Amino acid sequence: MTEPKKLKVATCSLAGCFGCHMSLLDIDEKLFELVKVVEFDRSPITDIKHCGPCDIGIVEGGVCNAENVHVLKEFRKNCRVLVATGACAITGGIPAWRNNVDLWDCFQEVYHYGIGLENGQIPNDPELPLPFDKVHPIGEVVRVDHFLPGCPPPADAIWKFLTDLAAGREPKLEYEMLHYD
Amino acid sequence: MPEQDVCDLPGIVARWQHDPANLVQILREVQESCGTIPSDALDRLAQLLGVPRVRIESTASFYAFFHAESHGAYEILFSDNIVDRMAGKEALKQYFCERLWLEPRKLSEDGLVYVDDTADIGLADQAPALLVNGYAIPSLDKARLDLVAELIRARKPLADWPPMLFEIPDNVRKPGPLMGEAFAPGAALKATLARGADATLAELDAANLRGRGGAGFKTATKWASCRKAEGEAHYVVCNADEGEPGTFKDRVLLASHADLVFEGMTVCARAIGARRGFLYLRGEYRNLHEKLKSVLAARREQGLLGRNILGEDGFDFDIEIHLGAGAYICGEESALIESLEGKPGKPRNRPPFPDRRGYRDQPTVVNNVETFACAAKIAEKGGAWFAALGTPQSAGTKLVSVSGDCKRPGVYEYPFGASVRQILIDCGAEDAHAVQVSGPSGTCISFREFDRRIAFEDLATAGAFMVFSRERDMFEVARNFTHFFAHESCGFCTPCRVGTSLLKNTMDKLAAGKGSAYDMHEMKHIMHILRSMAHCGLGHTAANPVVQTMEKFPDAYERRLKRLDFEPAFDLDGALQTARLITGRDDAWAHLANE
Repeated sequence: MTEPKKLKVATCSLAGCFGCHMSLLDIDEKLFELVKVVEFDRSPITDIKHCGPCDIGIVEGGVCNAENVHVLKEFRKNCRVLVATGACAITGGIPAWRNNVDLWDCFQEVYHYGIGLENGQIPNDPELPLPFDKVHPIGEVVRVDHFLPGCPPPADAIWKFLTDLAAGREPKLEYEMLHYD
Repeated sequence: MPEQDVCDLPGIVARWQHDPANLVQILREVQESCGTIPSDALDRLAQLLGVPRVRIESTASFYAFFHAESHGAYEILFSDNIVDRMAGKEALKQYFCERLWLEPRKLSEDGLVYVDDTADIGLADQAPALLVNGYAIPSLDKARLDLVAELIRARKPLADWPPMLFEIPDNVRKPGPLMGEAFAPGAALKATLARGADATLAELDAANLRGRGGAGFKTATKWASCRKAEGEAHYVVCNADEGEPGTFKDRVLLASHADLVFEGMTVCARAIGARRGFLYLRGEYRNLHEKLKSVLAARREQGLLGRNILGEDGFDFDIEIHLGAGAYICGEESALIESLEGKPGKPRNRPPFPDRRGYRDQPTVVNNVETFACAAKIAEKGGAWFAALGTPQSAGTKLVSVSGDCKRPGVYEYPFGASVRQILIDCGAEDAHAVQVSGPSGTCISFREFDRRIAFEDLATAGAFMVFSRERDMFEVARNFTHFFAHESCGFCTPCRVGTSLLKNTMDKLAAGKGSAYDMHEMKHIMHILRSMAHCGLGHTAANPVVQTMEKFPDAYERRLKRLDFEPAFDLDGALQTARLITGRDDAWAHLANE
């Protein structure tokens, strides 16, 4: 008997805190069940650096710099279904708080005037991702197929969402999994 | 400019009977006499009224015309309806700002003047128009703005400005039974007293009068239900919060036929047994306030208001005027009542409807200005006379506010059943291409539908009729309306608060040439959410302009779409420019292709 083909899943964290990834790991013992049906491609879990063709792309975090755009476009190109996971990917979230601060002021505060700094310089190494003047939700840069809300989305919601997708169902979360007050 | 200590808070609070229910009126007077509502005034008001500060603050922060920071001695607000824009408002505003060395939304260096936009101020027939410290100046052109700029520079008090600036003609182009015939104050009341309350309701029922605010609920049913409802007191409320962009017929009714309106309210008071009535006048009609107060005073002298009206023992009724403060949502009847009670204008859950639980949770009739005017006419001339006008399902006449691309903008009175084509011919709009009927929340019709008729059974309307010629870009019309709704959403429910902003942002994205078929799809999705999930009519209808223009003028959208799949919402490479300047980088990794 041949095993059913496993779903390929890629994950990444852009301007996020890895909290959504932690929440994914919080499905605990269900991880064993999960790896029976999915296989991870590019992900902090596998440390694979670039993703190939995938079924599902899970993106955590918003878009705050040029590198984020490259990663995001790679995901969009390769993933059949792209999921904006968590508040930052969906709205920009906490990193977007800096949108009210001028980028010049931001850099000056960090590299010139910060406590303990002397002769600070603004780094200009091409290896460093260049920041945007504002942080954007990923839906403003690429087409997104699904939005999985929460900060982070609860482990059960991620589990339900992924198993729905794996079973070929339209993902559907009960109200209790979506409201937090 | 008045100093803060000029503001006599205890005096204002005493004038409004120390009643927190009058908070909107109190704040309005504080705003008017101080130029701002400073933070310490909120503390003081909380003490004087004996309510928590947060209650004062929630009301003070809700209304557009209230603000904590100074807007100088002269606050200039340009009306920003699409009709104002078509009449050159943007260029005139820029001209005005340049003359006074100003930037919009920034108080001038000398603290003298502040310029901003505001939603339609009810002068679409005399667009573009503005408000200076709340008083309307219509028919703007460079010469008139030059004069305004000079008066401001000379620091002349508003009271000394030439009255001709503030003259607002009625522009009644086609009078009918409501506006064309002389009305002797008291005539309807005498007939009502002779007939009795029951017979008056029967006449109203026979007349088949339906509410003129747009929804068309049968007035006799509403009054009868309110009369039957038990309560400590009954109230009559006239909704003169005419905020729907493009509507101005109530302005004209109140300016020249106020007796008819007040008489209709008094007839209602007799019918339902009310002793107190309110006219909720939108803040934008501040210029009508004094005049309306003098009409009320005259009616008291004539024995048409007050105690024992027309000598009838125990028939006591009086009317107070409450002014709004720049909130479109207060045109919704339950939000209006909240505002009358001194609260933020957020719609209540309905039912119960106001006829059972309205002002102070007591039975209340809320009707449009025009409805009360019609009721007075019916009381005077009988139900059969009224029912003979119009169509079987829509009796009587309708006041239509015509503006936009036509030769004769103004108020037209038609029997229900008049065709759009007829109205367009009468107002001189031969090359009309589209008409926005009943404002942004109403219906957009294209030239293919000009044979439709003004009637509840076909094209229901509260009276706005904005005409657009072939040259007009219907996409821009819809975009203007999405900005309007995003600004006017009261913020109470998430679908509306967020949905209206998403719609606005997506329309702006399309306008910037970054649209895709995906965005069109998203807007339809948002529309669905608004229609099914929003708390009140504002949210339910907020997507109408977009959906209808998309359907009827697809070209206007399609030529803005860059590609079918997806297009980023912003210029990716451009958004890196600041960081490139800061770091001095120009390497390959410091750029992004905008494909």
